[in-house]
Amino acid sequence: MPVTLTVNGTPQTLDLPADIPLLWALRDGLNLTGTKFGCGIAACGACTVHLDGVAVRSCQTALGDAEGASITTIEGLGTPQSLHAIQSAWIEHQVAQCGYCQSGQIMQAASLLAETPDPTDADIDDAMQGNLCRCGTYPRIRAAIHTAAAKLKGA
Amino acid sequence: MSTIGKIARRTFLVGAVAIAGGAAFGTYAYRRPYPNPLKGDALTPYVLIDTNGVTIIAPRAEMGQGIHTTLAALVAEELDVAWEDITVLHGPAAKAYYNASLLEEMVPFKPTDDSWLANTARAATEIPGKFLGIQATGGSTSIPDGYEKMRAAGATARAALIAAAARRSGQPESALKTDAGAVVLPDGTRLAYTDLAADSASAPLPDTPPLKPQSGWKLLGTSLPRVDMVAKSTGTAAYTADIRLPGMVFATLRANPHRGAPITRFDATAARAVPGVKDVLETPYGLAVIATNTWAAFQGAGALDIDWAPASYTPDTAAMEAELAAAFTEGAQDSRRRNDGDVEATLAQGTTLEAEYNVPHLAHMTMEPLTAAAWLQDGKLQIWAGNQSPGLAVAAGAQITGLPADQIEVHTLVMGGGFGRRGEMDFIKPAIALAQAMPGTPVLLTWTREEDTAHDMYRPAAMARIRARLDGQKIAAFDIGVAAPSVSAGAFGRADIPVFGPDPTLVQGLAETPYTAPAFRITAYRAPTNVPVGFWRSVGASQNGFFLDSAMDELAHLAGADPLAFRLAHLDHAPSRAVVEAVGEASGWGSTAPGRAKGIAFCYSFGVPVAEVIEVADTPDGIRLTGAWIAADPGIALDPSIIEAQLSGAMIYGLSAAITGKITFADGAAEQNSFPDADPLRMPQCPPVTVRILQSGGPIRGIGEPGLPPAAPALANAIFALTGTRHRRLPLNEAVTFA
Repeated sequence: MPVTLTVNGTPQTLDLPADIPLLWALRDGLNLTGTKFGCGIAACGACTVHLDGVAVRSCQTALGDAEGASITTIEGLGTPQSLHAIQSAWIEHQVAQCGYCQSGQIMQAASLLAETPDPTDADIDDAMQGNLCRCGTYPRIRAAIHTAAAKLKGA
Repeated sequence: MSTIGKIARRTFLVGAVAIAGGAAFGTYAYRRPYPNPLKGDALTPYVLIDTNGVTIIAPRAEMGQGIHTTLAALVAEELDVAWEDITVLHGPAAKAYYNASLLEEMVPFKPTDDSWLANTARAATEIPGKFLGIQATGGSTSIPDGYEKMRAAGATARAALIAAAARRSGQPESALKTDAGAVVLPDGTRLAYTDLAADSASAPLPDTPPLKPQSGWKLLGTSLPRVDMVAKSTGTAAYTADIRLPGMVFATLRANPHRGAPITRFDATAARAVPGVKDVLETPYGLAVIATNTWAAFQGAGALDIDWAPASYTPDTAAMEAELAAAFTEGAQDSRRRNDGDVEATLAQGTTLEAEYNVPHLAHMTMEPLTAAAWLQDGKLQIWAGNQSPGLAVAAGAQITGLPADQIEVHTLVMGGGFGRRGEMDFIKPAIALAQAMPGTPVLLTWTREEDTAHDMYRPAAMARIRARLDGQKIAAFDIGVAAPSVSAGAFGRADIPVFGPDPTLVQGLAETPYTAPAFRITAYRAPTNVPVGFWRSVGASQNGFFLDSAMDELAHLAGADPLAFRLAHLDHAPSRAVVEAVGEASGWGSTAPGRAKGIAFCYSFGVPVAEVIEVADTPDGIRLTGAWIAADPGIALDPSIIEAQLSGAMIYGLSAAITGKITFADGAAEQNSFPDADPLRMPQCPPVTVRILQSGGPIRGIGEPGLPPAAPALANAIFALTGTRHRRLPLNEAVTFA
């Protein structure tokens, strides 16, 4: 049974098994490769996307459970030509090193700021603890989230 | 303008500028250039200018360390081109892009040794580096290797453009200036490089292009926006797994967890029944499942019924540790790189400290699991892989397919972390084998996290035995023995590169220590290799920094001395003293809030002195890291923002290893398979980090690794200062509760 959902504002119908994780439906089905595979067990956060506006681990979200949902991936948040405020803050603070975890970090941060527009360091630690970074960019992520919060408030 | 040599534009620049290094030997063969791997209007192997713009080739692998940015800046500085106007590419695998500095670490001289003999020996390593054509990224060598030749590439290209502008304008070269991608005539007319490129093709190139003095730098020495930052912040950077090719199939691999042992029997019936699975293929590297998407391949791999042959090596961690302890014998002695004074006679008067230290095997655990793609089509093989040694990938392709090297193309993509892991070919070879088995069909092979963790080339477990005698507040004798399997023998052996003699990585970060003592002996013992071991960020210094600076801290406390002052009392080397003093000042050493304590550590590795202070607090939930300070001196700081990120990141990588990192073995197989089994540092555990960069102006050094070794001892020393308990084994979470 094909699954129908909206991805980055575009309706999509995917002829994939209902139990395939959303991660692989996005990557291998729709070629939206900005969302990354890191562990497959929701332990690293590299696959974070928004499902109806809330951050979820797409490696643990079955495609069938996303039927009718609205999915936003890193590609839908902003583009190099039209950056989201969080992406601008990431660039301003030169956060990324290898960059592999950053799609997930940015999507998680976007979800945090949607709920908590002016987060404390403790709020940030709490929201971001599921997102691993092996390059150790955490100090700059913290700083970038504060900057993004200020940008969004001023917007 | 300096001497102009009649070197054709496509000849190899580096042979000309590296003459200083080769002059002592001066062989013709050494100077004979490798061909320029770039086709078309390439001024040098590093600069390509056409009507579309200026492209700089940065032939070192970008694994997060920012190397594409700094290598490009070296060229752009001399070329005189605006930073925002350049494109940076990794370029093809080519011997022209050999790494001359890689073998320097193998020279048996302390990096602080600036004697003629030491420098001649270092220069000599450029020759085998060039002959082997090793295009490798590792050992924090990209900057020392590229510092001269990338600037010279920019200067040479600029000279050719000026010559072309002189011919076109009729003005003498001396009257011409360059600015932001154009040659400027005396009347102010700007001739864009992109318009001059075709004319510059026939320009003679200078043998030794003059380089700008450091005081004239506009880009170097500043924090530039990284060339990969926008792509990595928008999900548009292409990693290997993001490659999509026409008709591509998705694959994964299952290999025997008993490393190197064969499969005795398998049944693929259930795997073939998984929807989307197209085939199951037996390769020399394991069983591969081919599918229409990666998930189906993973499901198929999980459904394989396999009987694995047992391991042929010592199968468990306790027995491997016993082998380390048994390796401290004359027969297993690998090197004695330092033997000052009479250690035995001094220690015979009585020892102040006798201690044993142990560290475990460690996995790299890059965020991006190992991934490679390959496509054999019309007698040509293409390989896509984020990798640290593209030349080895070509060799692997030639060996597996029988194709000549010139029919093999390697695309080196950005990596989701390397840390030494992606210099290995074990993840590329199976993709090539599958491409060979399915001619015409591109294959993308992705390892699961579990397969990646269980089939690493690990940082080996290691052990130290240390004895020392204090005379008042000074060390009278220091006797350090370390035992570990040989990383060089393992990694170079797998690459079919012969290595002889002692393994310098066994004493890395230790043999070159600038610490002074009248009697000082450093001995390495080579323990048996069981599971494969390989290069892991900072290699031998990752354990030796912990051994040495934990012992220094023990001795400071035994002497009743302040740990920072005690280190200074044993350092003459000015840049080393400066980083210890700087980290003390930055961290407010000597004043700590109640319930908190600080620990300091220092390590000199990869030619860079680094000192770190960690502050810890006692909380109801356990020990919390509340602050971290780093001071380091890379000689010259080309990009402070990148250097800060590398130092901070290396320290955090080292803290992960110190707190939770381990791989243990049972029945020959790794007992850890994914992140939660040895959970790396996460944001709530990460303290605020302050970095101070010092510039002694000495030889320029790479910065990707030297921030790591002081992390573990600084933390263990802080915990001692807080709790009075000395921890001589890693990971610390086996004995300490962390918040």
